[in-house]
Amino acid sequence: MSAFSKDEIIDFIYDEARMLDEGRYDAWLALWLPDGHYWMPLDYKQSDPHLVTSLLYEDMFMLKLRVERLNGARTFSQKPKSRCHHVIQRPFVDLLDNEAGLYRTNTSMHYVETRLDDQFLLALTATHDLRRVDGALRIANKRVDLLNSDAAFGNIQLLP
Amino acid sequence: MSKPSDRLMAEDIEYMIQGHQVHRDVYTSRAVYDAEMRHLFANAWVFVGHESQTPKKGDYYTTQIGSQPVIQVRHSDGEIKVLHNRCPHKGTKIAIDREGNTGKFFRCPYHAWSFKTDGCLLAIPLKKGYENTGLDKTENAKGMKAVGAVQNYRGFIFARLSQTGMSFEEFFGESLSSIDNMVDRSPEGRLEVAGPPLRYMHNCNWKMLVENQTDTCHPMVAHESSAGTAVKIWEELGNPEPRPAAMQIIAPFMSPYEFFEGMGIRTWPNGHGHTGVHHSIHSDYSAIAGYFEAMCASYGEERAKAIMDENRHNTIYFPGIMVKGPIQQLRNFIPLGPDKTLVESYIYRLVGAPDELLARTAMYNRMINAPTSIVGHDDLEMYERAQEGLLSDGLEWVNLQRLYPDEEEDFTQEAVENGTTERQMRNQFEAWKTFMTMSMPRRSEQTQEAAE
Repeated sequence: MSAFSKDEIIDFIYDEARMLDEGRYDAWLALWLPDGHYWMPLDYKQSDPHLVTSLLYEDMFMLKLRVERLNGARTFSQKPKSRCHHVIQRPFVDLLDNEAGLYRTNTSMHYVETRLDDQFLLALTATHDLRRVDGALRIANKRVDLLNSDAAFGNIQLLP
Repeated sequence: MSKPSDRLMAEDIEYMIQGHQVHRDVYTSRAVYDAEMRHLFANAWVFVGHESQTPKKGDYYTTQIGSQPVIQVRHSDGEIKVLHNRCPHKGTKIAIDREGNTGKFFRCPYHAWSFKTDGCLLAIPLKKGYENTGLDKTENAKGMKAVGAVQNYRGFIFARLSQTGMSFEEFFGESLSSIDNMVDRSPEGRLEVAGPPLRYMHNCNWKMLVENQTDTCHPMVAHESSAGTAVKIWEELGNPEPRPAAMQIIAPFMSPYEFFEGMGIRTWPNGHGHTGVHHSIHSDYSAIAGYFEAMCASYGEERAKAIMDENRHNTIYFPGIMVKGPIQQLRNFIPLGPDKTLVESYIYRLVGAPDELLARTAMYNRMINAPTSIVGHDDLEMYERAQEGLLSDGLEWVNLQRLYPDEEEDFTQEAVENGTTERQMRNQFEAWKTFMTMSMPRRSEQTQEAAE
């Protein structure tokens, strides 16, 4: 049994943000467990992903579709491409259970996305449920709570 | 108040709508937008909200009719009222939060004037200060002004700002059958709003969104990147069944032109119409256990089948909403300026039906209509490119000629046509012209008056 230190858990979160900023989506998708979901609620403190609308509640098929689409020849909303930038605060490690191989982090961040002359900033908190599988950390679920999730947005095309 | 000469006249509006083409000013001009708010959105019946958003006495919800801030509120007699959201004293908005409960009365936070939930003035502090001032003879002393007329149709609240005008029944006519079908899909014949709406800001004119709802020649082009890629990934995975949710919901956008031609478009008078007369992209959704049984128990098998076999895709209730019956979704296109539109996408629970239906509805809403949706991204990209492109002086007219009969079209009769026609867009502009000009001065009349 390999045990993870608090620093290793935190480094994992930093590495994930860097993959997204650098557009290394194959590596990013490989972090995920096959039954994972990326959830971005629409309502403040929303508890149900199924019976009310969310901004995102995506399984691996949707996430794969989302990132593959970014490179399509006829992906018109990505001509030119968007870029993104995460500035993250040191994650809180709220659960570190090496016995069960379960971990949970809570990370505040500022997310900036830009395309052409437009740029916007989102303040958010990401909650990661991580699991140890074959000695490596993997994402079991990720929840992203936008500070202003109930505001009207234009296109948000990349992933916080 | 602007001088009459600054204002558009009926002739100006009529010039902009020429059957097969419309002048680009209808999308770009501030003067046209202002006239729409003053005339079109006052004369037409406009969607306000759903009664389940204000279930208890004193419950209110704030929204807009065109540019007009209004409050939908459940009055003490149980009826739903629609009031202008403005204190008659200094103009302060009475309610700012999107929803809440005000109890038995509204109280302005500025000087504590209070109003019953039907808008009538209840009390003014230190009222002796108004004795013998003539306040009681003013409109302001009556209270918060109600809109011209309100109709609750099977739970959907519509309002007409203008005190006089076309009746609700005449305005919508047979088009109400789409709302009927959506509500009938509940075994109890009742819908309930499910959570807050998606709110998606569009830097384009509101009419582009309305037109796109019956534009069946764009999905396979604009959405190739999402629908086409979904099909590709599914095939790479070895065509797994049951199909992933994304395949059921997004992949039908890649259906060929022939599919959309055969789907059919129906138009009704006053700008209403729908796609999906014969079949639609919603036809092949997998059945959900227990639902058909619940419908049969309520309606009997024959009627249940008839309700569920209806596959209307998008129904436009002109001017500002689209209803998607098989999905229980309503999208409200709220105009904020000539080049700014807020789209709110609501979903509803079919009361008495299994939760799985609502889960699919919520999934549809986020997959297709969220600011984070890969389908929505390409739609918004098209609208915003059009809004920018229309500033070009290269051409003044926007073309609406697909399957145009090359003669004057009769929009006073219901019609069913090839599903790729742009007739419904032309129908909308005919209604636009009618409701814009019905309360607008005419240059010819003014010239005549001057001559007399």
